[in-house]
Amino acid sequence: MPSSRNLLAKTIPLLIAVPIFGSLGNVLLGKGMRGMGKIPDLSFPSLAAYLLKILSSGWIWLGIGSLLIFFISYMLVLSWADYSYVMPVTAVGYVLAPLLAHIFLGEVVPGKRWAGAVFIFLGVAVVGRTPPSTTRQV
Amino acid sequence: MRTFVFLAVVVLAGTGGDLAVTHAMKQIGEVKSFSPRALLGVMWRALKSRWIWLGIALMTVAFFALLAVLTWAEVSFVVPATAANYVVGAVGAKFLLKERVSQTRWAGLLLVAAGVALVCAAR
Repeated sequence: MPSSRNLLAKTIPLLIAVPIFGSLGNVLLGKGMRGMGKIPDLSFPSLAAYLLKILSSGWIWLGIGSLLIFFISYMLVLSWADYSYVMPVTAVGYVLAPLLAHIFLGEVVPGKRWAGAVFIFLGVAVVGRTPPSTTRQV
Repeated sequence: MRTFVFLAVVVLAGTGGDLAVTHAMKQIGEVKSFSPRALLGVMWRALKSRWIWLGIALMTVAFFALLAVLTWAEVSFVVPATAANYVVGAVGAKFLLKERVSQTRWAGLLLVAAGVALVCAAR
């Protein structure tokens, strides 16, 4: 069926973009915020100064941009694909995180986390066998 | 008790927000062209949708409820518990969005939820 092949051709790139830009955005925001130090006190001028400091960080803007791409990709794919399909499939990001941490940062990943990653991987493979959209009108 | 109430808010508002955004996008209709012009048009229509704003509001509630509960409860309990999102989200998709959640999809969803709980529990 050419229609279902077309559907996958546009669904898969977005399903890859969602977890990548989602977790990249969070990492960038985390990196930006780590350089900020503690909030001095809760008075309005010091909060305003703190906010300005946050908004002058390049990492923060990269993080916001990345999360924006994440959210737009998420909205686009949900314009045709089922939520009950997109939600589990994009959980593949949880598999990527320990894998990348292990390969690039040399982190020791606990066994429980690998076990969880295997569960997610299998789950995504199973959901991936179902049609992406069950409500679509062609 | 307080922890469970807040966790319920995190999960219900979080999935509610996702369901609202999905509903809005289904109303806007399947995006078929990915030219910048077409995408801008889609985003403009989305920004005019009440459901999108309801979704963003609910996601914001879920975010702050999560921050709040993390100030007193253990991360290693709270974060894995949010794997309940997958189950609640699928129930919502079935009954509110009328998606057909087949047995195969349920099996995969439960595997993913268990996996997310395991990944987040390992600290």
